[in-house]
Amino acid sequence: MKKISVPGCFSSLETIREFFTHAARQAGLTENDIFELQVAVDEATANIIDHAYGGENKGEIDCCYEIIPDGLKIELRDHGIPFKPKEVKPPELLNHTLTGKEGGLGVFFIYQMMDDVCFSLNEDGGNLLSMIKRKEIAD
Amino acid sequence: MQTKVIPLKRCVLVEVSGRVDSDTAPQLREELNKITAGDNYKIVMDCNKLEFISSAGMWVLVNAQKRCKRFNRGELVLAEVPKRIFDILDLAGFDEVFKFFESTAEAVGNF
Repeated sequence: MKKISVPGCFSSLETIREFFTHAARQAGLTENDIFELQVAVDEATANIIDHAYGGENKGEIDCCYEIIPDGLKIELRDHGIPFKPKEVKPPELLNHTLTGKEGGLGVFFIYQMMDDVCFSLNEDGGNLLSMIKRKEIAD
Repeated sequence: MQTKVIPLKRCVLVEVSGRVDSDTAPQLREELNKITAGDNYKIVMDCNKLEFISSAGMWVLVNAQKRCKRFNRGELVLAEVPKRIFDILDLAGFDEVFKFFESTAEAVGNF
């Protein structure tokens, strides 16, 4: 398993994205899979900063991955407030234009883009998000 | 992310390139705010060089659309959206909120 820890700020998004993109290429994922993985990782990281830490530069984000036979397993850990988003339906954008209430789109994308998603509590506090992206099976 | 704003006769063309994520979405919001603050509500966003957009960027577009469509004074339309990006916008239900055009010329001609 390879690991990095980065500051919980939006400028870390690029470092995290590159870390997992490199891993995804090593794991043999297609460019399409890699794009989907990037979407999920970006949303997960933004959620940690916004919800677990409640803003930028409040703590670190630990990232690690493991190449598994049928794809890539990745983990994102934080040391912030526990939160456990549930699988959600796509938010009603039209409804938002009336109510002005944002949110839900990030979690929706995480579930849509990844094959396995598990939000749990970290043993030493904070949250652990484990996700698996499996290789596309050729027809 | 970079933006280039080109005022045209009937609308404003905004070329967006690179990645719009939580880090860069505030920049895009500021650019669109500047355009609407200048009473321009007919906007074409040329997404030909857009590489990525996260939900933070999508909410910027939804909010800009809300301002543009108020009092029927205009609309924000999207042109030349790369397929991968179109697919995730479609998944989120953007087809209900935005018109998509295959070419920027066609989108400009819409106004």
